[in-house]
This record gives sequence, structure tokens and C-alpha cells, in this order.
Amino acid sequence: MTLDKLLVIAAALFCCGLYTVMTRRNAVAVLMGVELILNATNINFVAFSFFLSRVMGGQIFAVFVIVLAAAEAAVALAIFLRMFSTTGTVEVDAADQLKG
Amino acid sequence: MFLGNLASLRYFLPEFAVTATILLLVVLHVVTKSPRSTASGFLSLLGVGAAIFLAGVAPAGAGRSIFEGMVAHDGFAVFFKVLTALATLVVIFMSMDSRDLAGRSQAEYYIFLLSTLLGMFLLSSATDIVMLYLALELVSIPSYLLAGYLKGQERSTEAAMKYVVYGATASGVMIYGFSILFGLTGSTQVAEIGRSLAAGKATLPMLLASVMVAVGFGYKIAAVPFHMWSPDVYEGAPTPATAFFSVGPKAAGFAVLVRFYYTVFAAADPGTGLWRLTSAVDWPFLFAALSALTMTVGNLVAVKQSNVKRLLAYSSIAHAGYMLMGFVLLSSAGIEAILFYLVVYLFMNLGAFYVVVLVSNATRGEEISDFTGLGSRAPFAAVALSIFLFALTGIPPFSGFIGKVYLFAEVIHRGVYWLAVVAALNSVVSLYYYTRIVRAMFFEEPKDASAIPVPAVSGALLVLLVAPTLILGVYWEPVARIAADSVRMLAF
Repeated sequence: MTLDKLLVIAAALFCCGLYTVMTRRNAVAVLMGVELILNATNINFVAFSFFLSRVMGGQIFAVFVIVLAAAEAAVALAIFLRMFSTTGTVEVDAADQLKG
Repeated sequence: MFLGNLASLRYFLPEFAVTATILLLVVLHVVTKSPRSTASGFLSLLGVGAAIFLAGVAPAGAGRSIFEGMVAHDGFAVFFKVLTALATLVVIFMSMDSRDLAGRSQAEYYIFLLSTLLGMFLLSSATDIVMLYLALELVSIPSYLLAGYLKGQERSTEAAMKYVVYGATASGVMIYGFSILFGLTGSTQVAEIGRSLAAGKATLPMLLASVMVAVGFGYKIAAVPFHMWSPDVYEGAPTPATAFFSVGPKAAGFAVLVRFYYTVFAAADPGTGLWRLTSAVDWPFLFAALSALTMTVGNLVAVKQSNVKRLLAYSSIAHAGYMLMGFVLLSSAGIEAILFYLVVYLFMNLGAFYVVVLVSNATRGEEISDFTGLGSRAPFAAVALSIFLFALTGIPPFSGFIGKVYLFAEVIHRGVYWLAVVAALNSVVSLYYYTRIVRAMFFEEPKDASAIPVPAVSGALLVLLVAPTLILGVYWEPVARIAADSVRMLAF
């Protein structure tokens, strides 16, 4: 495994994530797209940390990203659950009360 | 030169005060028999007051890098800590007064509010990208919960959902940018990244990184085209929380924007008060374009709004555009102008939202039609709102005018004439929609002419918000001096 290959994988994953966020209408699927973006970032950090600088900064950052992604997902899912119980759907398009 | 962890603790007292208050609120929430008591509000007031005292009145010697270089303790950070804590203080008063929140569990609300404040403290002083990301999320995550606090109201839930979807995506893109910067430099220290980048010549990755980081910060300050969430969130969230979002996180966003870009992509020229561009990417031009776009979109869309909260949301987008003008100039006078404008903006914007809270407490609505005849129904509130709106427009002799003068003067001094012209035209557009509210209040007949009572305490707070708006319009030197000192103490 070389650095180049890892970076290409990460970039591909990032694009998949961004595509998911922009095209999916289900809020949970959008959240999964965000997780893909965050994992692409983690691959980048760990790869750079391992191949280039040999310092732990990148690895530590990846751990922080994992923890914060969990925190964010917990809050996001709670909000989606609330939305499901008030409107009966988690489609992003269904949320159209606020506009203009 | 970095201070170790134990030695740093004595420079971290404001954060301790906020943390202790949050923990006490948790205990209070568990112990207290009636969760709706106002005790949590008073406890929060006390905690935030202590934080302001520790940060501003009795700051331990500024100009240090503490916690092994994770956090800066400098004048710039102190300025933003006092500013955001002051905004939180006003918002706590506002929340205790709001009928939106009455009858709901209070302690949790204040826990989220104070957690966001802690995040803003760290965001305005972070000098390491790990800390920066952590602080940004600490601001964001409780904000999502604040936006969706009105359980059972579909609009509030929708606001929270839009906020979390936009926020998570923007911060994800931002840290991908961080990972590129880390790859280019091998360091997580902001200052170290800046030095390494200045030595190298990697144009494309740097362009990518600076744009991606701009997405994250642009989302925090609600700059066009990353503003889509803000009108919806501002309209759906409880009004005190809206007031909070429009001042607190926005100010912290500007703090981190200035600190990050001026360290990573520029270097200070000693003695001249100017910064030199070290990156091959012309990001000041990029942000100048964003600034023009932000104020134009904000003002033009505000014109056709009928909901006052939504109108103020677009107006706060436009104000972010004005403040971005100071950011693109690469001069300390430009940053000074931003800091001064933020102080002025704090009072006039929170004041405007406070009147909206008072009116919607009585009318249960936030449409412009709910404000008709306010001049006779609640003359004092109507006059106060007019003062805030004229100050937001930038009409002399109110404080908003002086804020704009500082910004415009520096833009013209640095020769970015086109931006000054765009901003001047925008101010004219804003006059139209602000005066629409004033006209409704004084020259239109209300459907229901009964008087709206303004409690004495609310009136007193309103006076405390009107006074700086008027005084800073005629006697502004002290605040301008504090702003200038804070920029001078921008140490990394």
C-alpha cells in the first residue's frame, strides 16, 4: 500500500459521501453520507500520519473525529426520531413548512 | 514557549466558571422537584456573569500559548470571550421572559446554551486544528438541540433537522480540508502549518484546502452560498435561541475565521499593521466576492419577507457580508472594524429580537402584521425597536452608523472601491425593509388596539440595550480603543 493509493481511496470515498448527501432525500441516508465523508477524512489523516510525518497528530485527530461523529449521530438521530413522531416521515423534502 | 497543562489552568478560569455552572445545572435538574422553576435561569446568569468578570475585568496576563499550544490566551480571545458571554447573558434574560419557553423544562435549555458558550470560548482561542474542530462541534451540537427545543412544534423540529444536516455536512467538508493541510505540512498546529505552507509552493492542494475550510467557517457565519440553513433555523427556533444564533456563534465564527486565515494563509509584516499573503491562492479576492454576494442576497431576499424573525435572519446574513469586508483587507484596521462592528451589532440585533419576544408574548405571532399599531399599543417598545432598526440600517446618529464608517473607511483606504460601492448600495436597500416595520408600527391601524403591557424588568433590560446603541453613536472611542488593543494582542 502506498500513500497515493490511500489518498485516491479517501478522495473516492469523499466524493461518494458528498454525492449521497446531495442526492438522497431520506435524512438517515444523508447522515450516512456524512459518515462516509468523515471516514474519508480519517483515512487521509492516518495515511499522512503514517507515511509522511511519523508523528501521532493525525492518528489522534482520527480518534477525535470518530468520537465526535458518534456524538453528532446521536443528536441527529434523536432529532430525526422527533421529526418522525411529529410528521410521520424523515424525508428531507417533507420538511417544507419553513421557506421563502 | 508553550505552557504545560498544570501551569495553564490559571489562565483558563472563565471556562472553569462556565463548566462549573453547567455541572451545577445538571445537579439542579436532577435534584429539583419542579424542573420549571426559574432557579436554573438565575444560576446561569450568575455563572456567565462570573465568566465575564474572570475573562474581562480580571484577566490573568494575556499573550500566552497554553495547554501545550492547543489554546491561545491573548487579547483577541479575551475580546471574543467577553463579547460572546455578554450576548449569552442578554439571551438568558430574554429566555426567562419568553413565553415560548415558559412551561417547558428550563435547566436543559440553559445547559445547552452554556455548552455552546463554552464552545465559543474555545473556538475563539483555538490554535490547533484538533482543538478547533472540537470547539466547532461543541458550538454546533448544542445549537441543534436549542433549535429543536420546542417539543411538539413541527417548525422547531424541522429547523433542528435542517440545521443538523447542513451543519454535519459543512463540518465534514471542513475537516477534509484540514486533512489536506495536515498532509501538506505534517503538523496540527495552526502557526506551524502557516510557516510550512509559506515555504512550499503547492497551489492546487492549497486551493482545495482553503475552499473546503471556507465551507465550514462560512456555514458558521452564514455567508452566502452556505447560508441556506439560517433563515429556516432562525424562523423555527425559539426566538431567544434565534437571537443567540444571530450573534454568538456568528461572532465566534468570525474569530476563528480571522485567526485561522491570517495565520495559515498570511503572515504579519511587523510594524506596518498589515499582513502579507503567503499562499499562491488569492483568498482575499475569493472572500471579497463572497462578501458582496452575502450582503446582496441577504438584503434583496429580506425585502419580500413578511415574518419579522425571518426578515431579521436575512438582515443578519447581510450584516455578515458587511463584516466580511473587513476580513479581506489584510490589515489590522480591517480586523478592528470587524471587532467594533460586532460590539455594535450585539446590542442592536439582540435589542431587535428582544422586542420581537415581547410582542410575540402578547400577540402569539411574528408577522409584520402583528406589529401594526405598536406605536400606540406599546409606545416604548415601538420606539426602542425603531432605534434598533435605524441603527441596523446605519443611519446617524446611531451606533450602526459608526460601525459602518469604520468598515467603509478601511475598505476605501485599502483601495477596494467596488466593494465599498456594493456595500453602500446595499445599505440603501436595507433602509427599505427596515422602515417597512417602522411604518407598520406607527402609521398603520392595528386590528386589535389593546395595549401590550411591558413588565418593568423587561423595560429596564430594553433600556440597557438602547443605551449602548445610542451612546456608541456619539461616544465610541473607548470601544474602538479596546478593539484596537485586542487586535494588537493577536498572538499565536
